Amino acid sequence: MNPLALLLAATVPALALLISVDPVTPTVVLVATAVALRLSPARPVDLLRRARPLLLAATSIGVLNALLSQAGGRLLVDVGPVTVTTGAAVAGASTALRLLAVALPGLLAVLLIDPVDLADALVQQARVPARPAYGALVALRLVPLLTEDWTQLRRARRARGIAAGSPLGAIRLFAGQVLGLLVQALRRGTRIATAMDARGFDSTGPRTFARAAVLTSADRWLVVASVLVTTCAVVLSVATGAWRPVLG
Amino acid sequence: MVEAGERVLLLGPSGGGKSTLLRALAGLLDDDAGAAEGSLLVDGRLAREVRGRTGLLLQDPDAQLVMSRAGDDVAFGLENRAVPADRIWPRVDAALVQVGFPYARDRSTAELSGGEKQRLALAGVLALEPGLLLLDEPTSQLDPSGAALVREALARPTGATTLLVEHRVADVVGLVDRVVVLEPGAGVVADGPPAAVFRERGADLAARGVWVPGREPSSARRARSPGAPLLGAEAVRAFRGVPAAPVDVTLHAGEAVALTGRNGAGKSTVAAVVAGLEAPAEGRVVTYPDLGGPSAPLHRWPARRLVQAVGTVFQSPEHSFLTASVAAELLAGPRRSPEADASARRRSEVLLDRLGLTAVAGANPFTLSGGQQRRLSVATALASAPRVLVLDEPTFGQDALTWAALAELCEELLDEGRALLVVTHDEAFVQRLADRVQVLG
Repeated sequence: MNPLALLLAATVPALALLISVDPVTPTVVLVATAVALRLSPARPVDLLRRARPLLLAATSIGVLNALLSQAGGRLLVDVGPVTVTTGAAVAGASTALRLLAVALPGLLAVLLIDPVDLADALVQQARVPARPAYGALVALRLVPLLTEDWTQLRRARRARGIAAGSPLGAIRLFAGQVLGLLVQALRRGTRIATAMDARGFDSTGPRTFARAAVLTSADRWLVVASVLVTTCAVVLSVATGAWRPVLG
Repeated sequence: MVEAGERVLLLGPSGGGKSTLLRALAGLLDDDAGAAEGSLLVDGRLAREVRGRTGLLLQDPDAQLVMSRAGDDVAFGLENRAVPADRIWPRVDAALVQVGFPYARDRSTAELSGGEKQRLALAGVLALEPGLLLLDEPTSQLDPSGAALVREALARPTGATTLLVEHRVADVVGLVDRVVVLEPGAGVVADGPPAAVFRERGADLAARGVWVPGREPSSARRARSPGAPLLGAEAVRAFRGVPAAPVDVTLHAGEAVALTGRNGAGKSTVAAVVAGLEAPAEGRVVTYPDLGGPSAPLHRWPARRLVQAVGTVFQSPEHSFLTASVAAELLAGPRRSPEADASARRRSEVLLDRLGLTAVAGANPFTLSGGQQRRLSVATALASAPRVLVLDEPTFGQDALTWAALAELCEELLDEGRALLVVTHDEAFVQRLADRVQVLG
């Protein structure tokens, strides 16, 4: 799939979700996301693992909203100062579902996109200049190496007899280590820039593309499907009377 | 003057500017990067004007790969040079075949070993069909099997004129037909076929630290008698649930143990565990009464207490430098009392002298040569007089002089009753020092 089409398809429902707080729109979007996940080559386990912090955030925000909501309705929970009405429960669930429905399609898209393909599509189709696009790609490749550097820096400080001791010492230790990491990042960056320029990356002339970024009919259908799902969700929400615009 | 098609090995003392010369020939140096004297001509034209004719392979395999798939990485240079798209993939495939890359084009570069990465980087250079191939210590950061993979690829005919910089001469002498020896300030001091250069100048070159075949430093072992146990590892594993057998080892006073094994087996992590820098994922580290110190597990000892018992010398010294001068580096660390400060200063002067660093005491550690940095990191570990010293690849990429100095220093430390754990691939170093060898993975 074309990375730009995937990102666009993941963004369309978020636009509708931003203007309304109701349980119906996000539910429809989430069902559609589940279907997309089922049809895609991505494994649900991978999506769940990446979504873990998101699920945690959505749950806590939902619960908090239910507890603080002033909405009326039948009393569901009444323990001392804690009261939750049906209206409050719906409000809490809406917020939680809305957060998930905004973020999960994007997470799925990111899971399906190879960074190299994204850089190709950005350069060839979105007319992003090649240097920053492929430069960012290299920066991405450096992340695991810098993680190793961080471990080395931490070990090296302990091996030199340096420990936090106090909270202030901990800040100083951390700052020193961050500085060390910056030095390593610069050194690695300089080295890789040398290797890239030696292979002609700094030439100002035209560049060819070994991999053509193409937009297939499947990509177009994906975006159309995303627009259709979003429209259906809004129509259904309005028809059931659940639609609650944020403004007005 | 190098003729077309020649394969030349460049030799000279470390810090002599060999790498800089290669970068200049590749047209990568700006005029303001230093005081440039004279000019470099490739095909009779200035190096910068004929960038497309030169290819450069560097030391660090991780600093040369750009893309996440092997074939894409080889194609990267061809795209930059605007080779038409339909001609790119045949050239990529030809280059991969030429270096003996054993996987398909869509192989993830993250899954390659160091030697395979370096082969791929070579394919990326050869795909550009350079007339002049510049190789800057292409095997210096690889383990022996990885280095052999790369040498095998380099032995295949490329048709390109080749300039090679390499410390370990014996390994590459079969790949070249001419040796040129450079000397800072004096220029070319020897030039000719390898056999003739080493016959006439061998002793002189060896005295300058070049690894001359047949004149390597001695790897003869001295007899020693180990003392009381100091530190041990019981069933230690670097990572939880790895298939490799756990490490069981006890370090006695005056004894050196070598830890060997292929790259990625977790040797450095095991060393960090034994050195008290990491908690073991499995197993435990045992401290014996002769080591002194608290009864807590070693990785929970206060750092300032740890460094008096166990010192560590890391594979890449620059990670551990903390200050702006060599002298300050030896005094850095935990705050001491005034009397302890005075004795630390005396000890640091002795150490600087012993490791040949007195002349550079005022220099910034980051500006030192590789050999000097290594000696400085040994000195900082010894500054707190630990009973046990853990060294991670201490001889990696060192010239013969630094190698011999490190071996002698280690022998002195053993004679003083210290224990050494050495992580290394260096067969000669193992032969000379190790009382026992532990193979990991």
